[in-house]
Amino acid sequence: MNSRQKNRIKDRAFKYLGIFSTSIGLILLTVFIGSIIKDGIGRIDWDFLTNLPSRKAEKAGILTALAGSVWLLVMTAIVSIPLGVAAAIHLEEYSRKTRWSSFLEINITNLAGVPSVIYGILGLQIFVRTMRFGGSLLAGAFTLALLILPIIIVTTREAIKAVPSSIKEASYGLGATKWQTIRHQVLPAAGGSIATGIILALSRAIGETAPVIIIGALAYVAFVPQSPTDEFTVLPIQIFNWVSRPDHAFVVNAAAGIIVLLAVTFMMNGIAVYLRHRWQNKVNW
Amino acid sequence: MMKTKERIIEAGLKFSSLITVLTTLGILWVLLSQSLVFFGEVSIIEFLTSREWTPLFENKHYGILPLLAGTALTTFVAIAVALPLGITIAIYLSEYASAPIRNTFKPLLEILAAVPTVVYGFFALTVVTPFLKGILPELATFNALSAGLVMGVMIIPMVSSLSEDALRAVPNSLREAAYGMGSTRLQTAFRVLVPAASSGIVVSVLLAISRAIGETMIVTIAAGQQPNLTFNPMETVETITAYIVQVSLGDVPHGSIEYRTIFAAGLMLFVLTFILNNISYFVKKRYQQQYE
Repeated sequence: MNSRQKNRIKDRAFKYLGIFSTSIGLILLTVFIGSIIKDGIGRIDWDFLTNLPSRKAEKAGILTALAGSVWLLVMTAIVSIPLGVAAAIHLEEYSRKTRWSSFLEINITNLAGVPSVIYGILGLQIFVRTMRFGGSLLAGAFTLALLILPIIIVTTREAIKAVPSSIKEASYGLGATKWQTIRHQVLPAAGGSIATGIILALSRAIGETAPVIIIGALAYVAFVPQSPTDEFTVLPIQIFNWVSRPDHAFVVNAAAGIIVLLAVTFMMNGIAVYLRHRWQNKVNW
Repeated sequence: MMKTKERIIEAGLKFSSLITVLTTLGILWVLLSQSLVFFGEVSIIEFLTSREWTPLFENKHYGILPLLAGTALTTFVAIAVALPLGITIAIYLSEYASAPIRNTFKPLLEILAAVPTVVYGFFALTVVTPFLKGILPELATFNALSAGLVMGVMIIPMVSSLSEDALRAVPNSLREAAYGMGSTRLQTAFRVLVPAASSGIVVSVLLAISRAIGETMIVTIAAGQQPNLTFNPMETVETITAYIVQVSLGDVPHGSIEYRTIFAAGLMLFVLTFILNNISYFVKKRYQQQYE
């Protein structure tokens, strides 16, 4: 066998290694999810979704955790979306290229890489203690909002950048002001991509566990939160709490909780992918 | 009138972008001010050199080394998984795969990064550890190996997607020159493209390391909560992040020195990831200029 044939064989072999590598992670994930569904699907029924927490595994439900997650998601969205989109508009459309703007840029890149536990510590000291929100939904929402702000800013900037300048110039040419141009031309044109980024950021927030534990969300909350100042728990914390118990019945509960959490996460990701796809087909610069 | 409105709006937008600076200042202030009090009571020498971390016990020692070792160990295992797989995937998708395959697999791989980490922790503890115990009977129930392996799977898309972008940014002329000399795709990839895209690949790996260092729930659930100065992945360890969660779950009185340990540990974590993120930022800036 000459070296040319050898190289061909190596080349072919690498192709199969590539196919293997690309699929191995997905295969593992399928195995994982499959085993979880096998463990937990039998536990999911109406009672599981609507029961309050309990010391008895077979009676315990996820109502308070689910309600806490929904509250937290909505409140985080209310805080983070306006701030994130506004910051992105400022950076992309208003700020000039100066030292300050490049500092802002490095800073945002850095914030996106700060571990989530650090945001938890920040929230604990600023929102829980200094501002005296306690371990409430309010403290949780502000903490998570800061955590996902860099993601929203980065994706929104990308979306705004993709709007062709001809659209803006046409708008200015008709006598529109800067804000009118942004409000009526740029934002509608970039809307789909912005929404995609926001949904992905929120789906990250709903799966976060560590920062919410650190600010003091409790594992055991007997009631559904009624207002933003109430104490709360969220689905990932409930799952974590069940995972760490020795009793097997609680591990089954954890698996069932994971199925619900994954269903929500994948649904949000699915919506994001769908939006991106639809917008790409609709707008063709 | 119109002008005033424009001004007000601009001020509002500017304020929003200032929030990001305030966040950074807030993080620095919280970590530094609390750590300062901590280092008033514990010498920084003991913190960095003592080989025991037992702030929650009667006999207190404040050496961060066992937590650093736990973090290093789980990160090392994760990178040992994600680096070879991620780069192989990147080369396959950018040089071998057809466009439809690439467009199908890229979003599918992103799913790996979208799964909440508490779910991965559950996988590691209830699926991977029992499986590995069948092969390695002396494996501890909570161990760095399972946590690291699962974390590696989670960060595959980080390495693969950034590396693929770097490979695809290499000008086609280089590829064509290599093919013209009779190279196979494999030779072109490893002898021409990987060296040409090396800075981008380095960035992807640095960011993956930073992510692995900061990852919390997988290691808290599957690697354990027992500070252990070891480099044996079969043993129970505790990472910096897992320690912070452990303290948050317990009822440590606020303002006590035990409470302040999480700020000192957090500062350590912040410094590590900050250095990695900044190196990768500057490497990235440089390599972007290279091809633009």
